[in-house]
Amino acid sequence: MNAILVQAMLGLNNGAFYAMLSLGLAVIFGLLNIVNFAHGAFYMLGAFVALIGLTQFGGWIGVPDLQVNFWWALLLAPLVVGLIGMLVERTMLRRLSGLDHLYGLLLTFGIALVLQGFFANFYNTAGTPYPGKPEILEGVTDLGFMMFPTYRLFALVFSLVVCFATWFMIERTKLGAILRAGTENPKLVEAFGVNVPLLVTLTYGFGVGLAALAGVLAAPIYSVSPLMGADMIIVVFAVVVIGGMGSIMGSIVTGLSLGMIEGITKVVYAPASSTVVFLIMAVVLLMRPAGLFGRE
Amino acid sequence: MKKTIAALMTAAALTGGAAQAQISGDEVKIGVLTDMSGVYNAIAGQGSRVAALMAVEDFGGKVLDKPIRIVSADHQNKPDVASSTAREWIDEDGVDMITDMVTSSVGIAVQKIASAKGVITINTGAGSTALTNEECTPLGIHYAYDTYALAAGAVKPVIAAGGDKWYFITADYVFGHSLEKNGAEMVKASGGEVVGSVRHPFPSTDFSSYLLQAQGSGADVIALANAGQDTTNAVRQAGEFGIGRGDQQLVGLLVFSSDVKSLGLKTAQGLQFVDSWYWDMNDETRAWAKRFEERTGSKPTSVHAANYSVVTQYLKAVEAAGTDEGKAVREQLGKMTMNDMYHKNATLREDGRVMHDMYLMKVKAPNESESEWDLLTVVDTVPAERAFQPLSQSTCKLVKQ
Repeated sequence: MNAILVQAMLGLNNGAFYAMLSLGLAVIFGLLNIVNFAHGAFYMLGAFVALIGLTQFGGWIGVPDLQVNFWWALLLAPLVVGLIGMLVERTMLRRLSGLDHLYGLLLTFGIALVLQGFFANFYNTAGTPYPGKPEILEGVTDLGFMMFPTYRLFALVFSLVVCFATWFMIERTKLGAILRAGTENPKLVEAFGVNVPLLVTLTYGFGVGLAALAGVLAAPIYSVSPLMGADMIIVVFAVVVIGGMGSIMGSIVTGLSLGMIEGITKVVYAPASSTVVFLIMAVVLLMRPAGLFGRE
Repeated sequence: MKKTIAALMTAAALTGGAAQAQISGDEVKIGVLTDMSGVYNAIAGQGSRVAALMAVEDFGGKVLDKPIRIVSADHQNKPDVASSTAREWIDEDGVDMITDMVTSSVGIAVQKIASAKGVITINTGAGSTALTNEECTPLGIHYAYDTYALAAGAVKPVIAAGGDKWYFITADYVFGHSLEKNGAEMVKASGGEVVGSVRHPFPSTDFSSYLLQAQGSGADVIALANAGQDTTNAVRQAGEFGIGRGDQQLVGLLVFSSDVKSLGLKTAQGLQFVDSWYWDMNDETRAWAKRFEERTGSKPTSVHAANYSVVTQYLKAVEAAGTDEGKAVREQLGKMTMNDMYHKNATLREDGRVMHDMYLMKVKAPNESESEWDLLTVVDTVPAERAFQPLSQSTCKLVKQ
């Protein structure tokens, strides 16, 4: 029993990353109708912004002592990547609005490959360690049933807070109401004096900002590598499909629970752990084509 | 075409010398088939191509008065991609020899295809002993290291130091299986015991689950039978959970200097493993590594050095055989004693295994390291006869038992 609990806890930890990434995807799909295949690349970009900020940026601008530490990176990386995302939305994605989903998918997939190739050209694909884990998050915390690395605990709690804050903002606040209305009927919302195109840009920026935030959180655990997003994105898409495309709560709950199921599979029959998510996806699609939390 | 060949043969007969080169396509073409974008890119990748080019330059750019050309391609660690590239290279581009082939599944597939078409493959990147056992071919050569050598060198000293009970964390594909099998056999032969193992999908990012299973197994030694980014992630995450610091010891069965660089000395210090070469072994290796670094920005791995050696020795064999025809060159290589900055007094066995010394390395502590790439010390030399599987155990059909 204890072993299962331990694995479930580890799974929850991975699930929190899935949740945060799929949440961004869900927000973007729900509000913009874009299947954002570049999401993994923005996750990778977030980790690289943190790494570069800590180890290289000071040298580039001639102030070698300047180091953007982990806490600042948590704030700045999503902002920087969010801005890049908004630029992408304004200059490229916007031109595809109204066309078939496939075009957006191809464009974002292309963007992902370009970003990945760009970083693979300058950085080691074996991964570079992120040396800036804060002192107070070193070591392990006793959870009663297991010793859990303090940093992972922090990452778990932090991402849960972010996920539920996002859900609250979209589902329970006035801003969220306008966002949702804007997707249902942009013409009508514009008639009320809301700048819908700006709203769309900001939403895309927010979505990829979330991915970048997940990237910063992942940096001290995994190596920062140009391929880290590509490894993640397929699972995350499965999460979104299982949860129901565009459902906010769906992606959070599905992300967390799939992480746990994956974790438990690693004890029961480890070689199946990379397949179990897709198996569930296939079953869910057969039973409920709109996903667990989606509406027909 | 037939006429040309006939004319050439007549000419050769008339002048009576093998020096009248029989070089197909009027140039010697060497293919570097490697991982240019995936998890093994840092171990092999672009660096392998650069090493091959350096060998051609040092050879003078010509063999038997014909130009030498290096071509390269990304096999994406996929046997199907690698196979179709190899076919195209051989059938349409006239490639005479293929090297690198990091990733065992790729190595096995390409070796089979090339041998059937009369083309030599010299594998420096893959580890599986299957290449020289059940999958051995007349023209397939396994050059640098293999899983037997990794296990042979690494297991004994650990058991001698008291690590009796072993647990394996294994990458779930042919290379991992081969490494686990060789490791487990070596453990048993040395008087140890295997208490369990877990197989993880290749590649993986999160190893915490496997590490905790290993921790709970009661093993003294947790052995990582994986490679590249899988190994570095596992070692780093073991550090997070405090695994490998107390009673349990963490052993990486296949580690490259680029992995140590990626981990950082603080995390990797004390890690022991076997490799065929390290840049800081003697003046010759240091000089070559310096030239390599000037071109690539990083120190070479053992696979890079092996690729340099492969191209050098292959060209010597072509020169001596007077042809680039696969069988003749293979025969010549089998007669040679190979000496260069990568290895000394190396020979080639009939199963395709190249015999040379291997080295047991240990990762330096941060305060012992004097520069960015000062990562390892060579603890011990494992002589070739002990390092590699004896021919008497070979299941290769070319070996007469």
